[in-house]
Amino acid sequence: MLNSRHLLGIADLTPDEIALILDTAGAMTEIAARPIKKVPTLRGRTVVNLFFEPSTRTRTSFEVAEKRLSADTLSIAVAQSSVSKGETLLDTVRNLEAMAPDMIVMRHSSSGAPHLLARLCRSVIINAGDGMHEHPTQALLDAFTIREHKQRLDGLKIAIVGDLLHSRVLRSNVQLLNKMGAEVWACAPPTLMPADLARFGVRPTTSIDEAVGGADVIMMLRIQHERMHGHFIPSTREYFTLFGLTPERVARAKSDVIIMHPGPMNRGVEIDSDVADGPYSVILEQVANGVAVRMAVLYLLAGQETVTD
Amino acid sequence: MPQVMDADRMSRALTRIAHEILERNGTRGTSDLALVGIRTRGVPLARRIAHALHDINKGHPDAADVPTGALDITLYRDDLMRHAVGPQPVVRRTEIPFSIDDRRILLVDDVLYTGRTIRSALDALIDFGRPRSIQLIVLIDRGHRELPIKADYVGKNLPTSRKQSVRVRLQEIDGEDEVLLDEAAEVA
Repeated sequence: MLNSRHLLGIADLTPDEIALILDTAGAMTEIAARPIKKVPTLRGRTVVNLFFEPSTRTRTSFEVAEKRLSADTLSIAVAQSSVSKGETLLDTVRNLEAMAPDMIVMRHSSSGAPHLLARLCRSVIINAGDGMHEHPTQALLDAFTIREHKQRLDGLKIAIVGDLLHSRVLRSNVQLLNKMGAEVWACAPPTLMPADLARFGVRPTTSIDEAVGGADVIMMLRIQHERMHGHFIPSTREYFTLFGLTPERVARAKSDVIIMHPGPMNRGVEIDSDVADGPYSVILEQVANGVAVRMAVLYLLAGQETVTD
Repeated sequence: MPQVMDADRMSRALTRIAHEILERNGTRGTSDLALVGIRTRGVPLARRIAHALHDINKGHPDAADVPTGALDITLYRDDLMRHAVGPQPVVRRTEIPFSIDDRRILLVDDVLYTGRTIRSALDALIDFGRPRSIQLIVLIDRGHRELPIKADYVGKNLPTSRKQSVRVRLQEIDGEDEVLLDEAAEVA
């Protein structure tokens, strides 16, 4: 049972709730192997996917999860919405709510946008990424993938390498992994290192060799050019030389290391193609697990008390 | 809370059911049979019936072990989204490691009451394929059906009132084999 009506961030979840979501996701994986990949659980429920930022993986993953649970779904992309005609976020959502959806899955470029809606709207809100703040379902599917391979999260050395400054995936993952007892190392050039990361129980370093040395899990993050309004790195070539994940660097990690990436990948910038397609990579498993984890979140939130007025 | 079935009577009931299964489906007919237990307590019961079938058929030239699966019906429940308050039931894994197409499926549950669990289980099973037939095995039939569902094999018919609650306890889960009839209604 989840305590909150919404899933806004990992910050609101207890370790028990995280474990419940991961266990429920475990039961959901079997549905993808059936001849009929659909259960009737959310029949008659309407879920709106409201994406104010481009997304392929997360949006399709939510859509597949919703359809496998038999929910009615509609996806709204910003380009074709009335936001481009000057409507405010709150007005857009209130208009959608007039059509009585049960849940809204939202991605927005402003941190805190889903929190605002959760306070002011009736629907259950699921955060599919808000600005540079949180991306809870990504952290949950990462944790699920790690647990499938290592059977645990506590005591693991996990290295997160890349553009940490602009990453909501980092912020959600750090909180989740901390709550579950993992040892998190964060590696980035000084310009892409958030201030006071150590306060969150993370070990910051600018040396990728130190970060990946003896690691059980290496998580690579993309350089987010679209969020950079200035010069953070001299060149992608230099970045690859100093921070790119190469087979030589992978060799410093544990022999059963797994390599993760939330996508989209920039081959030759943060990760070498030989590593991305290599035997340690679980990048495509992450995508498959994303559907099961989102089904679990939708199921657990859908059964909660619905607010009627 | 009075005990209405002890370990010995439970074991004899399951053996009798195994004999009835063979009688009805032909002694050599075990090859296209499969047992599917409904979680939680239908699963160990299904395994025990599989053992009983194995023991009876031992030495028979055509005897084949009957495969056993586990079915979780949570996602098919008709009351899932009707709980105003209260925790969502925990979803557990469904494991049916064989094709159910053209098999005779023996569905196993501990207690048959309103019939709603069985309705859900039938829907769930059909999503896995097209079995030749589905037969229902229950340890206890306590009456009060709300749907037109009837068991093919019954361990014990137990007349009850709606206020009472029937608790099946099994060695594998509860450490002991017995069936109890409680007076005060409990949340199952």
